[in-house]
Amino acid sequence: MLQEESDLSLIIAQIVQKLKGSNLYSQLERQAWTCLQRPEIRLESLKEDIKEFFKISGWEKKLQNAVYSELNVYPLPSHPSAPPEHLKEPLVYMRKAQGSWEKRILKSLNSMCTELSIPLARKRPVGEQKELLNKWNEMGTDEPDLSLFRPVYAPKDFLEVLINLRNPNYENGDSLSFRTNLGLIQVPLKVKDIPELKECFIELGLSTGQLGIDDSTQVPPELFENEHVRIGQKVLAQQDSAAAQQYIRQGSPTALRAELWALILNISSQPEDILYYEQLKTNVIQHDLLVDSLIYKDVKLTASNDDYYFVFEDYLYQVLLCFSRDTSVLGHFAYNSASPPKSYIRGKLGLEEYAVFYPPNGVIPFHGFSMYVAPLCFLYHEPYKLYQIFREMYVRFFFRLHSISSHPSGIVSLCLLFETLLQTYLPQLFYHLREIGAQPLRISFKWMVRAFSGYLATDQLLLLWDRILGYNSLEILAVLAAAVFAFRAVNLMEVTSLAAAEAVLADLSTLKVMPLLQIFLFATVT
Amino acid sequence: MSRLLVPCHVKSTVALQVGDMRTSQGRPGVLVVDVTFPNVAPFELQEITFKNYYTAFLSIRVRQLTPGATPGKWVTCLRNRCLMPDPHSEEGAQEYVSLFKHQMLCDMTRVLELRLILRQPSPLWLSFTVEELQIYQQGPKSPSLFPKWLSHPVCNEQPAPCAEQGLPDPSRVSSEVQQMWALTEMIRASHTSTRIGRFDVDGCYDLNLLSYT
Repeated sequence: MLQEESDLSLIIAQIVQKLKGSNLYSQLERQAWTCLQRPEIRLESLKEDIKEFFKISGWEKKLQNAVYSELNVYPLPSHPSAPPEHLKEPLVYMRKAQGSWEKRILKSLNSMCTELSIPLARKRPVGEQKELLNKWNEMGTDEPDLSLFRPVYAPKDFLEVLINLRNPNYENGDSLSFRTNLGLIQVPLKVKDIPELKECFIELGLSTGQLGIDDSTQVPPELFENEHVRIGQKVLAQQDSAAAQQYIRQGSPTALRAELWALILNISSQPEDILYYEQLKTNVIQHDLLVDSLIYKDVKLTASNDDYYFVFEDYLYQVLLCFSRDTSVLGHFAYNSASPPKSYIRGKLGLEEYAVFYPPNGVIPFHGFSMYVAPLCFLYHEPYKLYQIFREMYVRFFFRLHSISSHPSGIVSLCLLFETLLQTYLPQLFYHLREIGAQPLRISFKWMVRAFSGYLATDQLLLLWDRILGYNSLEILAVLAAAVFAFRAVNLMEVTSLAAAEAVLADLSTLKVMPLLQIFLFATVT
Repeated sequence: MSRLLVPCHVKSTVALQVGDMRTSQGRPGVLVVDVTFPNVAPFELQEITFKNYYTAFLSIRVRQLTPGATPGKWVTCLRNRCLMPDPHSEEGAQEYVSLFKHQMLCDMTRVLELRLILRQPSPLWLSFTVEELQIYQQGPKSPSLFPKWLSHPVCNEQPAPCAEQGLPDPSRVSSEVQQMWALTEMIRASHTSTRIGRFDVDGCYDLNLLSYT
């Protein structure tokens, strides 16, 4: 069909354009030049011979991985008449809501800046730079006075914004009718129901082996675990991203997880990447940002108080401070409904040549942001590798958890999916909680915004994040949240207040994630 | 294939409703939009683009000029095209859509008028329509990439008897040279879109407060 052909060539053109600026492109070019001296390359069939050489030497696989990565991350090219905002977020009222939310955050940051009389950014004097460089590996020992700083916002503030989200073209009657949602989210996005989720998460089914279930001590390893590890090693030897993504849907063996995640995210640490990280470190040493204090405060409040993650405090500073200076993160705003905050150099207000983004990566951290990095510290020990993995995870997944969008993996869809699943499959529980004033989303929202980091035990969390990578979607977070409620349903039916409901669901550290998911999706009688 | 915008006049939408419109409670689920082309000769339609606004199904009828130079009857050229897979939810509700000549049920030569029939069966939406409607006809052919003499080499001269002397065949060499030329042209024409990576302006990052625009 003409239309599909032209769509395909548009997608190919877009991917080629993106890859042209990458390291891989220059490496391939260099390889092509050097292989011209080889005897098997002839002038008449130059193109085919070089292609053959790439296939044999493994460069074609690297290119395949890069193309697969682009297809996973970037949305398909949209209609030629569609403006760039449409690619960020197609629904106009959601764009407006995101814009007003961002304005509130900027106002809050500006007022903090003027109240405390601290500049947004400041160049460090040479003495301070030297001191910071010496202390780089132990920034956690620093105890600056952060009592005046407060986080810009917390997840519960964001939840209030989502609750008030309304489509102006939707019948939002004041009286309850069949049109009103009984939950907190009132926008009619399309979410999957359990039959569709079963189809989507088919590898989590009862007849497929899973790590997290079939590797427990009672099950002899010959039945599933040994074979699964063997296949994992084969996948790593082949260095194929798509195969790794398919493999990891059944979980990743602990020993192979770090390499598998790097393969799926298409991260190979070249010398240029190490240099790039060092450059970011230099940027941190030269300039001090207000955002740095927010990061310090967040780490001190969350990760440092966590039994599992306090040992990684220094790593968290090394990653998050560099993350704030990384301008390559600005690229993800093409498909993120959010926009980076803008400012001007002092004295040059309004002049476009002096317009800059603040912070340089455009992301203002909120309360709990450092928990996105903390679990990764168990897998990666070199700061530059940890940094690359976190950055890729952020621009693929985590940004969707704190921006307003209609994307199926966006936080609004996840909230609606959670509420719809609970209402449809546990109607008594939902009704009871609603009657006592304990809307379930008020309890589960914080779990989903943090992708369960800090709530589950670390090994369980990593099994969950395996599936996020494997399915390239965050919907599993909403399914797990509903499954947790289903698991504790008996206790929840007996509570009589929101505080009591919170207490029942306060401690998730003993939960086993995969059995819960499997039972909820495949073994519950509907 | 280039296209040319055809100036059109979009009449205001007419709602189709059963019964007395003043007393009935529901909102209309069918709207009709007429598109005329004043001062334009009957043309061949190439493409229709528009921005959807909560329309679930679209049908298009066309009136063409018959060979007898009289306006013909209305013919359906697009039947119940689904724009929103689930009429009750937001999917596809504000998307940009293009419809091409080859997707139509009849040929689209000598178009006089168009009639768009919009349907939205769900009672949840307050209104629905299509916006930014644009009609295109086929434009002039775009100029080819190669200069003419390169793609059609003139073969006036007698081919020299070089095959006996072991030299390569001239037509093969010329086609290879043509390929190399095309490759180098493509490489030269492309440019990368990488960022440089600096966040400051000439070493200075001393900022005002954040802007709200």
